[in-house]
Order: sequence, then C-alpha cells, then structure tokens
Amino acid sequence: MASDLPAPTATAEDTDLILRQVLADVLGLPAERVAEFDEDSGLFGHLPELDSMAVATLLTEIEDRLDIVIEDDEVDGEMLETYGGLHTFVMTKRSDG
Amino acid sequence: MQTGLWPCPGSSEEYALSFDRGRKHRLLVVRALFDEGSSLRHFTVEVMRQLDAHGVDTFLPDLPGTNESLVPLELQTLNDWKEAIKAASDHFGPSHMFTLRGGALIASDSLPVIQYAPASGASLLRAMLRAKVLTLREAGRDDTREDLFERGQTEGLRLAGYKLGPAMIADLQNAEIPHENAVEIAQGDVGGAGLWLQAEPAHDARQAETLARLVLERLR
Repeated sequence: MASDLPAPTATAEDTDLILRQVLADVLGLPAERVAEFDEDSGLFGHLPELDSMAVATLLTEIEDRLDIVIEDDEVDGEMLETYGGLHTFVMTKRSDG
Repeated sequence: MQTGLWPCPGSSEEYALSFDRGRKHRLLVVRALFDEGSSLRHFTVEVMRQLDAHGVDTFLPDLPGTNESLVPLELQTLNDWKEAIKAASDHFGPSHMFTLRGGALIASDSLPVIQYAPASGASLLRAMLRAKVLTLREAGRDDTREDLFERGQTEGLRLAGYKLGPAMIADLQNAEIPHENAVEIAQGDVGGAGLWLQAEPAHDARQAETLARLVLERLR
C-alpha cells in the first residue's frame, strides 16, 4: 500500500497507515477507496466531504493519534491539497518531534 | 418510545425521550455535546432502542439551551448543565448514568457512570476553535485559535453553529473527564470509527448493537 512513498522506513509506513485510517474515519470513506490514494490524490477542494469542520476534525485526530501538534499557521493549501502533501507534512512533524 | 417534559432548574421544563417500563436498570443518558451531539443523535436513540429490547429503561433529557429549549444557549454554563442533569436524575430516578463523549463532563457522580469514549472539554474546544479559524480564513481573516479563545472569554463565540457564552468557553477549557464512580467504554472496544468524527455519519447498526451489549455487561 505504501510502495510509492519516498522513504520506505517503518515510520513512513506506519504514518501512512494511520493517516489513511484517519481519513477513512473522518470522511466516512470506504477503506478500499482510501487505500487507492496516491501522492497526487486531491484532498481539500477535491473531496466534497472535506469541509472546514472536517478539516478541523481531521487535524485534531492526526494530532491525537500521531502525538504531534499542528499550529494554525502551518495549515495551508499545499499541505492539504494532496495526500502526498499531507503525508510529507506529517512525516516532517514526526521527525521534528 | 415516549417523549415527555421534566422540570429543569433555570428554565421551566425541557423535553426528554424515554423508554420507561419501570424496570430494574434505568439509565439516564447524557448526550454528546454540541456538533458531536448532532452527529450521534441517531446512534444514541438506536442504542437506547437496543437497551430497551434487552430490558433496560433509558431517559434522554434535552439540555437547556438545546433543541426545543426556550432558554438561550449562550447563557448556559457547564455547571448549569450539571445541575440540569442532576434535576433530570431526581425526576427520572435512574440506577446509572450513561454518557456519550463530552456528556461525561456533566454527569453526576452520585450514581455509577458508564462513559462511552469520554472527551475532555479542552479537546472539544480545540476542534471547534480550529474549524472556526479555517472558516474565517476562507473569508480572508487571519485570527488564530488563541485570538478566538481570548475573544470568546469576554464576548462569547459562535462555534460549530452553537452560540457559546464566555463562561461556557472558559468552563470547557478546564473541564477534565471525571473518573469518580465511572467505568469507560473506549471506541476501540466498540470497533470501527467513532461516528462523532463524521459530519453526517451513516447509520451503523453494528456499532449500536455492540455498544448496547457493552453497556449491559457493565450493569451486571
């Protein structure tokens, strides 16, 4: 499932799995659909389920499940536009933390 | 299923939904708060229906300032809601309390409490403030969560569609999950994603059945 990710380390795969799980949980999408997401899969602005309340819930769940803190000013279009963007952001956060 | 009124302090009467057949186990159900309460509305009633089928009475009171209530939500504090739950408890005479998510924050610990996926006030507030920041940003405004929290503590704030007064916002920030006289059912015990995470959750009969069964186990 994580074969097309840049850093195939245990942490990258673990982050990938948790991120996909949070997306499925928050957006109510079937696991099969979320499993098909690749780096370029569009999120904010592409998925009608992802409104501002859903983004807020998504970020709060990511914080709780991955034990990171996401500041308001880190949330921008680039980070939320694609699955790859979100994954990269979260990976950076985890390695910083 | 019956609807009825109960006397609530600070308001005159509030509605409650109940399954009352005078049985041994009687649960006062304390709903999830704010937007989570809406997301879990159908689920909550479905769990009550399942409990009824298993011989347990349940009572779901409206909180003052919500649903059909005649008092304004922005005047309510968490303490008012605790008093309301206490009054509902005096009225219905439950054997236990059963809380969903933030409902745990306003239950009375004079009875055994079963908490489903309890949430602290700070975590509920964090998600609602963050949604507000994102909505304001779409409108070209650059407020931070700290700005909004500061302002909320003096002026109140409309969060997730709910107009909350300054006292409620300050109360939420400090409200910890009580552990006195309480047992917890985690979402992991139920399995699947918590339905409060979704804005418009699909009905999940399996989760309702599982939660009702887990509640029953804790009544014995």
